[in-house]
Amino acid sequence: MTNALDQLFVILKDWVVGWFPAGWQPFVGALLDAMAIVAVFATLFALTTWLERKGLGRMQNRYGPNRVGPFGLLQPLADGIKALTKEDLVPRAADPVVHFLAPLVLVVPVLLAYSVLPFGRNMVPLPGCDAGVLLFFAAGSATELAIFMAGWSSRNKYSLLGALRAIGQMLSYEVPLILSAVTVIMIVGSLSTEKIVAAQGVYHGWLPGWHVFTPWGFAGFLLFLVAATAESNRSPFDLPEAESELIAGYYVEYSGFKFALFFLGEYLGLFAVSGLAITLFLGGWQAPLSFLTWVPSWFWFFAKLLPFIALFIWLRGTLPRLRLDQLMNFAWKFMLPMALVNLVAAALWHWLGAGLARWLVSAALLAAAYLALGRAVSGAAKMPQRHYQLAD
Amino acid sequence: MLGTGIIKGLVETARNFLGSYTRQERLVTVQYPEERLPQKENARTFPFLVYDGEDPIKGLRCVACQICEKECPPQCIYIVKDAVKKPDYAGKMQFQPKVFDLDISVCMSCQICVEVCPFDAIKMDTDFELSNTDRFAGFLLHKEQLAKSNAYYSEIHPTEAAEVDARLAAEKTRAEAKAQANAEAKARVASDVKAKPAAAAAPKAEAQTVPAAQA
Repeated sequence: MTNALDQLFVILKDWVVGWFPAGWQPFVGALLDAMAIVAVFATLFALTTWLERKGLGRMQNRYGPNRVGPFGLLQPLADGIKALTKEDLVPRAADPVVHFLAPLVLVVPVLLAYSVLPFGRNMVPLPGCDAGVLLFFAAGSATELAIFMAGWSSRNKYSLLGALRAIGQMLSYEVPLILSAVTVIMIVGSLSTEKIVAAQGVYHGWLPGWHVFTPWGFAGFLLFLVAATAESNRSPFDLPEAESELIAGYYVEYSGFKFALFFLGEYLGLFAVSGLAITLFLGGWQAPLSFLTWVPSWFWFFAKLLPFIALFIWLRGTLPRLRLDQLMNFAWKFMLPMALVNLVAAALWHWLGAGLARWLVSAALLAAAYLALGRAVSGAAKMPQRHYQLAD
Repeated sequence: MLGTGIIKGLVETARNFLGSYTRQERLVTVQYPEERLPQKENARTFPFLVYDGEDPIKGLRCVACQICEKECPPQCIYIVKDAVKKPDYAGKMQFQPKVFDLDISVCMSCQICVEVCPFDAIKMDTDFELSNTDRFAGFLLHKEQLAKSNAYYSEIHPTEAAEVDARLAAEKTRAEAKAQANAEAKARVASDVKAKPAAAAAPKAEAQTVPAAQA
């Protein structure tokens, strides 16, 4: 029974696929996977817009949306109808083909990234992919192209400035994002997401053996989280779409459903990168405690995803936007050296063998690096005293 | 240390988030159509016409003197004077406006009409829910829509209305006393010189003007 519930969706898929002739079965299976991903994560996107508006409202002591349906739950539906009925404007000076393609180029690679995420036991849309993490990062990088297409083709200075900021930011933060994931690949010795999850399936007593519970894993997780926030253009790294400076940045010239597609792409990217963080550091679909393994594995994946969404909303409600120089300083003077030190810590962890020594050595190395780099990056810049010729 | 400020900030927003569920005084939002704050006494939107008594048209204090029409800076008032006097709520004969139109899409709420009115007949309203589907005819208010009772005026501007009511009452008693004195004087003259009808005509004409002055 427990096993049937765990494999519910796999059994369901096999049953549906069984109706088709053998030659069709792989295509039907892939189609079913794609449909399930689009349906589940688009629903989650709708729910997240509602959660975000409610949560941000409460953090600012407001009610948030509460007019459409009970507790405003039908607000995403109303927003969707609004987006569909709005006029789809293309600026006269814009490049119409690129302008049309940009939202599609954003959404398609993001959906492609879902193909390697293990949502549960035997629930990888692309099973047996040996380069899963690599595929994920390759697909994720394509969003930069889409953002630049949108910013460039709009022929609008705000769009272009937003796109330039986005390119600078995403390229800078992609380096620590991948380097922090490399630690996991080093320890597990595989790029396959399934093998990474399986490696975390051991329990010490009833405590889980997730990577986040090691010094290098913890540091890597935090680095990954910060870099993922920057990659998905979330506050406090929302410079590319800075409302107060660039109106909406690269998608200022988009209206109607293309605008909604940008939103969808952004949130789907956020869920995907959260899913990868769960896979790499939080044990994927593994249960958090050894006596909870009877709960279906897909439940654990989403139970881990929702706190991620809550965390991103919480951060957005808390932190003000960074300045561009702060953003770049943080990426190159803190994130990158920290990620490199973390690689060394992971290597030491591997070579020192089991025991207390590797805990102490890698934790001390990371703490020292954190304190030193933190002091360097957060200390006030030494500026000469300014003299105001006319004001004095 | 790097990151302590972020933790502090997160604690602060978490306190706000949880506090908004546990402490009602944190949520200052007034959910407007269902809840509303009491209107401020010196708020003003657009003018309306005050009437006394029961009938809104008969009881209008306006005597169609057209001062407001002439003073109105954006010229949003249009008045046509009735040719003949009609009885008001108290049965006195008075001039009344045949047409009194006010275009609130033109009006700039300057209150000059209120200040120049010698009869306290036009006052500022506080009603702000004026949206309309017809942007021309819907905002051109006729005297039937403009007429509102003195009780309504006392309700929206209590202090101002009390002062106006006291002044009108004082004027009325003064006018009544004057009328009585005139009547007595007339009676005395009439008893003194019964034989001279020409001499009696002058005070009689004077007495007739008194009701008009009372209004």
